[in-house]
Amino acid sequence: MSTTSNQPVDYNLKVVKQFTVMTIIWGIIGMVVGVLIAAQLVWPALNFDTPWLTYSRLRPLHTNAVIFAFGTSALFATAYYVVQKTCQVRLFSDRLAAFTFWGWQAVIVSAVITLPLGITTTKEYAELEWPISILIAIVWVAFIIVFFGTLAIRRTSHIYVANWFYGAFMIAVAMLHIGNNLAIPVSFWKSYSIYSGAVDAMMQWWYGHNAVGFLLTAGFLGMMYYFVPKQAERPVYSYRLSIVHFWALITIYIWAGPHHLHYTALPDWAQSVGMVMSVILFVPSWGGMINGIMTLSGAWHKLRTDPILRFLIVSLSFYGMSTFEGPMMAIKSVNALSHYTDWTVGHVHSGALGWVAMISIGAIYHLIPILFDRERMYSIKLINMHFWLHTIGVVLYIVAMWISGVMQGLMWRAVNSDGTLTYSFVESLEASYPFYFVRFVGGVFVVAGMLIMGYNVWKTIRSDKVRSNEPLAAAQPA
Amino acid sequence: MSSFWSWWIIVLTLGSLVAIGLLLWWNMKNFTDVEEGESMGHEFDGIIELNNPLPTWWTVLFWICLAWGLLYLILYPGLGNFPGLFKWQSANQFVLSLDESRQAAIDSREAGLNIQYDAERRRADEVYGPIFQQYASMAIEEIAQDRDALRIGQRLFLQNCAQCHGSDARGAQGFPNLTDGVFNWGASAQQIHTTIMDGRQAAMPAFGEQLGERGIEEMTAYVLSLNGRIVDRELARAGEQNWMVCAACHGQDAKGNPALGAPNLTDNVFIYGATERAIAETLRYGRNGVMPAWKDILGEDKVKILSGYVLSLAE
Repeated sequence: MSTTSNQPVDYNLKVVKQFTVMTIIWGIIGMVVGVLIAAQLVWPALNFDTPWLTYSRLRPLHTNAVIFAFGTSALFATAYYVVQKTCQVRLFSDRLAAFTFWGWQAVIVSAVITLPLGITTTKEYAELEWPISILIAIVWVAFIIVFFGTLAIRRTSHIYVANWFYGAFMIAVAMLHIGNNLAIPVSFWKSYSIYSGAVDAMMQWWYGHNAVGFLLTAGFLGMMYYFVPKQAERPVYSYRLSIVHFWALITIYIWAGPHHLHYTALPDWAQSVGMVMSVILFVPSWGGMINGIMTLSGAWHKLRTDPILRFLIVSLSFYGMSTFEGPMMAIKSVNALSHYTDWTVGHVHSGALGWVAMISIGAIYHLIPILFDRERMYSIKLINMHFWLHTIGVVLYIVAMWISGVMQGLMWRAVNSDGTLTYSFVESLEASYPFYFVRFVGGVFVVAGMLIMGYNVWKTIRSDKVRSNEPLAAAQPA
Repeated sequence: MSSFWSWWIIVLTLGSLVAIGLLLWWNMKNFTDVEEGESMGHEFDGIIELNNPLPTWWTVLFWICLAWGLLYLILYPGLGNFPGLFKWQSANQFVLSLDESRQAAIDSREAGLNIQYDAERRRADEVYGPIFQQYASMAIEEIAQDRDALRIGQRLFLQNCAQCHGSDARGAQGFPNLTDGVFNWGASAQQIHTTIMDGRQAAMPAFGEQLGERGIEEMTAYVLSLNGRIVDRELARAGEQNWMVCAACHGQDAKGNPALGAPNLTDNVFIYGATERAIAETLRYGRNGVMPAWKDILGEDKVKILSGYVLSLAE
């Protein structure tokens, strides 16, 4: 047995609390911007003829806010929490941890200022200019030191699987970020990438796809491996499955980038290898879903009463769906239809809103009462309401994008009997409007849910019901 | 690609796939000293892990995907310089001009390569070529009256021309309206055909330095007066004094010269805008309009149909 002494550990929960609260705040802000730009696609006048309110500047703000402010804050919070709890030891360095919090907030605030001003490298998901990129790299290295330092001084004999995923995500993101952002500065707010042409495109999507693969998949699988068994109070289904799918996932994911560049100037060999690896990736991706969902065996009835567990399990369903969809879209002949259409946007959001947001929301509902020493969340009913608003919102969003995406793909390739194209681009845009409206409505549902979450968390923190013993989390029936 | 990089790719790709196969193989057996279905004996903050076997369907799926991946890399290009058994390529890569592309298509065919882009082009030419060819013997003026030809012409226009000239062919700032009968390079069927085939390069020189600010103001007033606009007579008269500078291209009567693409300045049609400010800007900084050549992109037959369509727009 590798259990530890029973002495209570004085955990550093301060930094976890800070990141958790900021996750909710940035989540609301990032998603509100998302709804605004979705509305702009339906009613273009909503840019108010103001440069910094235009779609082109707010779209990178939305993506940066949800990926790096909301998602990554959730990863910071849970990584710091999980590594302490599963290593039975306080964080390696409180000061470095505090530095990562304030440093990361500084990065986000700089993004919120520079992106609407039009200061951008133009590389998708890597838009932030070189001074901010350097700050990201420094904060990230500090994050790695705190995390691996804590693993090094752990009081358990083994390293829990959640920490494998967190560790892999941190190291890979450091490598990707630094590799893709190498640039020559020409002024304080302008730099040019050291790569050019097809090599630049390949570096960009090596980074871009692995931001999805490591940040939004591996990192959140780490979260899943702690919060699902914890909330379900069940053992993890299979240790050996976690070994296979961990090593296979991180080995294969790093190859998947070229599928963003099918039928481009990228050499054929790179396109083929990218496609083969992307398709194989489907199997190890599902390994994580199986391990998460099977962890529930013997506890399925809890889904009826526990909306937090419902968030976690439905997030795994969306994860399974989008990790099936992704490899399918990476197949060249499918990609010929789906690429550059709204299908891609729908796919990203089934991963981002379905998987990333839902698992984070579940983890936060689990964490808040523990972090703030409350018996349970202020209202389980409101969690349930959030669950339904979010689920309906995501379904509206992705179904709308599936339909408009496939429709666009079919319209763009339709030819007349003389071989000329049947539709002009504008006709396909016009046909997409109803689906843009449905997408906007879906977004409103999601934001409404997030606002309810903000209220619920606020009331929980402000309540005076301090917990007596170990929290039951949210096991009470709704 | 040098053989070093070729082997680099081959070793890393196959090495990764083989390593994953071994990993899967190793975990299919119970290598632990714990019974299947029992706890591994680690405990982390109350979480324990069971030693359940890998689901069979999942393992089978994994082997199938790995085998499919290997098969794909044998058939298609992927492993460095190895071209794959199908000798398939998406296109002739690394060509830098249309001439090189044509030559590469011939070379690849002789080398027995299967170039998808070339094959699709050939197929399109075979199927659709005759449709366009049937108009090859018709005069452009006849095409402009032929309903079927015009329908094809409109489709070609929407795909290739509408980006600049607009879906309704009414043009935009800097791009001529094709429906008003005004053609700077000539309105005859043959002239329109030449414009589309070979493209045009218009050059209005900058007169800012030569005329000075005052001179620009005067000339602007004069040009406006030619179009019936109310201007300061003094200014316009002063501008007229300098007209010989402009007359070289636009003519003594300011009615333009299609041979140079110099526009008629008396018909109230200004591609870059008819406001005082726009005209002054044209005079001060000059303009360089470019119509691309479509000969190599669309081919003679399609350009002919397009010419008929454009001619019909102006009528």
